[in-house]
Amino acid sequence: MSLGDIKGEADLPEHPLVANKVIYLAKLFGGVKSLFCRGCGYGAIAQWIGNIFYEDKLDIHKYPIINGVGCYTMIPIIMPGKILMNLHGRGLAVATGIKMANPELKPIIIAGDGDLLSIGTNHFIHAARRNLDCVCLLLHNLTFGMTGGQVAPTAQLGQIASTARHGYMQEMIDAVELAKVAGATYITRCTTAQPIQFMKYFRKALKHKGFALIDVVSQCVTYFGRHNKMAEPVEVFNWIRKNTVSIKQAKSMSKEDLKKKFVTGEFLEIQKPTLMSEYLKLIEKSQEVK
Amino acid sequence: MSVDIYNYDLKPGKKTLIGNAAMVEGALAAGCRFFAGYPITPQNDVPERMSVRLPQLKGRFIQMEDEIGSISAVIGASFAGLKAMTSTSGPGFSLMQESLSWAACVEVPIVVCDVQRSGPGSGIVSLPHQSDIIQAQYGGNGEYKVIAYAPASCQELFDFTFEAFNDAEKWRIPVIVFSDAWLGHVREQVIIPTLEEINEKIIPRKPMPDEIKGWVPFSKKVNDEIVVPNAVPTIGYDSFPDWLPSVSHNPTGFPTEDSLVSYKMIEAICDKILKNEDKICKTKSYYLDDADIAIVTYGFPSRPALAAVRQARKEGIKVGLLRLLTVWPFPTKIMHELSEKVKKIIDVEINWGQMLIWMKANVADNTQIHFIPQISKLHEPKEILSKIKEVA
Repeated sequence: MSLGDIKGEADLPEHPLVANKVIYLAKLFGGVKSLFCRGCGYGAIAQWIGNIFYEDKLDIHKYPIINGVGCYTMIPIIMPGKILMNLHGRGLAVATGIKMANPELKPIIIAGDGDLLSIGTNHFIHAARRNLDCVCLLLHNLTFGMTGGQVAPTAQLGQIASTARHGYMQEMIDAVELAKVAGATYITRCTTAQPIQFMKYFRKALKHKGFALIDVVSQCVTYFGRHNKMAEPVEVFNWIRKNTVSIKQAKSMSKEDLKKKFVTGEFLEIQKPTLMSEYLKLIEKSQEVK
Repeated sequence: MSVDIYNYDLKPGKKTLIGNAAMVEGALAAGCRFFAGYPITPQNDVPERMSVRLPQLKGRFIQMEDEIGSISAVIGASFAGLKAMTSTSGPGFSLMQESLSWAACVEVPIVVCDVQRSGPGSGIVSLPHQSDIIQAQYGGNGEYKVIAYAPASCQELFDFTFEAFNDAEKWRIPVIVFSDAWLGHVREQVIIPTLEEINEKIIPRKPMPDEIKGWVPFSKKVNDEIVVPNAVPTIGYDSFPDWLPSVSHNPTGFPTEDSLVSYKMIEAICDKILKNEDKICKTKSYYLDDADIAIVTYGFPSRPALAAVRQARKEGIKVGLLRLLTVWPFPTKIMHELSEKVKKIIDVEINWGQMLIWMKANVADNTQIHFIPQISKLHEPKEILSKIKEVA
């Protein structure tokens, strides 16, 4: 049975745990239809996360996935875990509440460029500043894919988009630099062409105590590709690969040369007190006063 | 979870508190253990007191980056198993509408305290105004219903906030408590209940259903009745669905783009409140048995209105008072019954008539409705009294 066969309410099992099994079986027998476009990078990212969940036998109850609004909202269909979908851009604020209420949980926030760097920038900066113990995954495709290829704040100068037909004219925002300034403690970037690196970073982020940002550059073939004269899915993928430089290589390059490049690697890994480690001390202190 | 709310400062019995503090203590007594807020006058005493009291009770307090973040964190905390609330005032309440609509959609119990101030725009920060009554119900996108309380004294702030938490758990809905700039700063005696009294009344948070087989996380219609689930889906438990979406969904939580499923969802989240009006609506009547004229009011203006009614009674005018202790859902049946008994109704509110339209829609034909508007100021009893005389 595939999820595509589920037409109406009548076909659905009564209980979520049964639905759980249906999804699981569908996954097992490959019956699931991916809802992503041909060549989209999100399916691959979801698969890698799924692999980590299965290989490391992660407890799905301990790692709730906080999912925003964008193309990647469809990820739950092909990913394990308990997934809470929230409003556009509010993922980190919701995760703050979850983490504070139950410090044993480690929320995994999945957000797009619009979620994290446009409508939710405020929450992003402050969650990083507080060193909220979570994994923040930025799916970075330079585009608002779900709404029809509008320009994202990560768009490069001259990029064509549905709302920038003559080329985008504003400077982009860099999530890695922003996270550094805001106070995140583990910051990395990789691309969809680097699954090994992604899985390494993701596993490290899960173990890291503090705010971990993984910026994954991904290809939007339908909008970004078509608008920018890369009609075939593989062309966008190759374009990302061609423009990827490592931190080491970037050191010997000028600022001008780096403008349209994706610098990948581990930018920062430090230990700092987290929001809850400090708050639990406050609770202890308050008990004495009582 | 311990409900032991007492400390060196607070013991069962009489205690003088300002309105905002009474609200905090009511929430803590009801089991609130998470608060996220953002400073805005005139509710600042609420987060200030919460920041001291919550760590004492092993609860969590956080000052968020804005009101949108506050209510989002509150929803997150509620999904993680704590009773949670936030407080705000006019402009902040507007920012929260987006997430209030989401909370109603996914049926998560939260409490929002709105210490109302004058508006529109930034308005007047220190003056009362019942400015957010319509916004509370109709501010967010889509169709949903809320429950809203309108206390008029510090004791009621304590009691109604307690009740608000119970209602949130019972009906799985966002509940709003309306205070205002003056009520929040009135200093009055509050009777703090004992542990036994609290335990008797409290509806505790239930993260797991007794019988997981056949349990669905969202309300659904069974035999013409809306069944509200007896537990809250909580992150970390099996009862939490695989995918809890913020989009329209069926009772199991599966997202939909089907108009029929969407119809059923809206029916469930609206009718669970509207069809249970009798159980939810609370009103209080004064001198209504033989009255010809009735004053209808809610919140702080109840006090000058009651004073005016007593004065008018002394002068031989047969006038009574109906107080709406809950403003949402609107008590349509009680209003209709009242209008059949009395032919003249005077609406007293500190605004430009936000409830007037609801009263007009729910009274019998030929009922005269008069209105005393007031902005950023409490009515004086003589103002209401002269209206009573004019109408009589």
